[in-house]
Amino acid sequence: MARIAVFGGIYNNYLALEAALADAHRRGVDGIYCLGDMGAFGPHPDRVFPLLREHNVMCIQGNYDNSVGNGLADCQCGYTDPRDNHFARLSYTYTFANTTLANREWLRDLPAERRIQLGRYRLLLCHGSPRRTNEFLWESTTSVAFLEHLLQSFQVDVILGTHTGIKWHRQLANDRHFINVGVLGRPENDCTTNVWYAVLSVADVQQSSNREGEAPAEPAQPARQEPRPPSPDRPSELRVEFIPVHYDHERLATEMRAERLPDEFVQTVLTGWWTTCLEVLPAKERRRGHY
Amino acid sequence: MELPMVPLSHLDDLWFQVAGTFCNLTCTHCFISCSPHNHNFGFLDLATVRRYLDESVAFGVKEYYFTGGEPFLNRDMVPILELTLQYGPATVLTNGTIFRTDWLKRLRVAEDASPYSLEFRVSLDGFTAAQNDPVRGDGTFERILAGVRMLLDHGFLPILTVTRTQDEQDDGDLFDGFVRLLKENGYAQPRIKILPTLRIGAEVQRQRGYQEGERVTAEMMDGYDQSQLVCSKSRMVTDRGVHVCPILIETPDARLGATLAEALQPFAIKHSACYTCWQYGALCSNASSQQRDA
Repeated sequence: MARIAVFGGIYNNYLALEAALADAHRRGVDGIYCLGDMGAFGPHPDRVFPLLREHNVMCIQGNYDNSVGNGLADCQCGYTDPRDNHFARLSYTYTFANTTLANREWLRDLPAERRIQLGRYRLLLCHGSPRRTNEFLWESTTSVAFLEHLLQSFQVDVILGTHTGIKWHRQLANDRHFINVGVLGRPENDCTTNVWYAVLSVADVQQSSNREGEAPAEPAQPARQEPRPPSPDRPSELRVEFIPVHYDHERLATEMRAERLPDEFVQTVLTGWWTTCLEVLPAKERRRGHY
Repeated sequence: MELPMVPLSHLDDLWFQVAGTFCNLTCTHCFISCSPHNHNFGFLDLATVRRYLDESVAFGVKEYYFTGGEPFLNRDMVPILELTLQYGPATVLTNGTIFRTDWLKRLRVAEDASPYSLEFRVSLDGFTAAQNDPVRGDGTFERILAGVRMLLDHGFLPILTVTRTQDEQDDGDLFDGFVRLLKENGYAQPRIKILPTLRIGAEVQRQRGYQEGERVTAEMMDGYDQSQLVCSKSRMVTDRGVHVCPILIETPDARLGATLAEALQPFAIKHSACYTCWQYGALCSNASSQQRDA
């Protein structure tokens, strides 16, 4: 068995990150990846980075990381609703001011994508989409034809992203997949306070490897033979699980208040409903929320 | 002078001029002068839409948009949306004044059965009748709000599309005014998209056309993010073929071919309306699809 954990959007929520790391280790994962956006929304940005380093989490640069790392004027979230822009500004100003120079430099140097092998599957890890860091790929606005185009263009079997804040998985023809791993930073706009990450596993031990040579996927070996291409005749060997992470959200809310972060953000942590940045939700996803 | 050419980076959005230029309203700012008497462009029938939907799959189209004129004057509109939701997400731009309950019931069933969103963008040009009716016609404010309430009753969350018809109006005030109006009308999750006017078509008479110098030049494209331009990611199907974008259909050189395959070439953005697209970016798509580096 080769198994990896994939996190997205930490948004300064170091308490959820701690809980997710512990959970992933309990599940015996061989490698842990994070698809970016370490900052925003929550308190104490600098508490995230030691955890990522200590647990050898291999990271991708999100739009927020690109902005903080390069000292840009804003988070590149691109809202048009003036209220959303107001909250985005507050959040970015706080995160930028509370991220040390060394951590900003680390964010600046993160890669925009990683390619790894898991069993016979070629995986591409990115933030929004492989073609653009801040592209939203929502479940209800992304056609099968478009996902087929991405998988074909980038010559991979599985694309993993985050950015939207809501997890989803679609299996396509020939055992290819798109997976949005969700985010650790805030709940999913579904009236529950937990957050989510994804675990991917394959049964085919011998062919599992990590092309970058980072965090070897024990007991996997470097690929010494060409992986078999996925076949429509075989059942999928890829198992995708979304894992709910329960963490001390009340403590997070208390710390957010102490840091004078907007009460709208605190309410999201406590209720599980999004209160801001709603404009970018498509109809189906918006309908599931309260605001 | 060197003309700025914009290549199609990928066909993300496929548009359909599904009602041609035929509309039950005669808005004074309409950039293609749609009206009950304008038959310049005709309806698209279900078979034609199906042909282009089938062709679009190979190009990896991400989303489908429908406009007119008023799309719901097309008797095939409901079947067209039902069919489209089997291919991908669908957005229909409507004035909201001619809905029928049985249509909305069918569309509710179709969206529930699809993994994709069905979006209604309803045009309303002010948060009072005094602002809206001079532009969209007497009594339209109340009729449009009635349409919004019908959509809400059927579980849809329409995006109110507001054209900035008064230059001096602050976007924040406009936004707040609409939020208030919609909440008063039972819309607890109001969604609003504010657009600039396009100074072509009827708008030339209402306010003004483009002035000299309001053109995109090659220098203006230096360092500009071309993905903000509609022509870099969209094409528009009409009853005459495939055009570069939803805005320029009446411009002869904007028709690029009969099929999508024939319409993939770069386009010279030499037209006056291209200036507004350049200025504001991401004019036509929904907020859920924008990729704007703020």
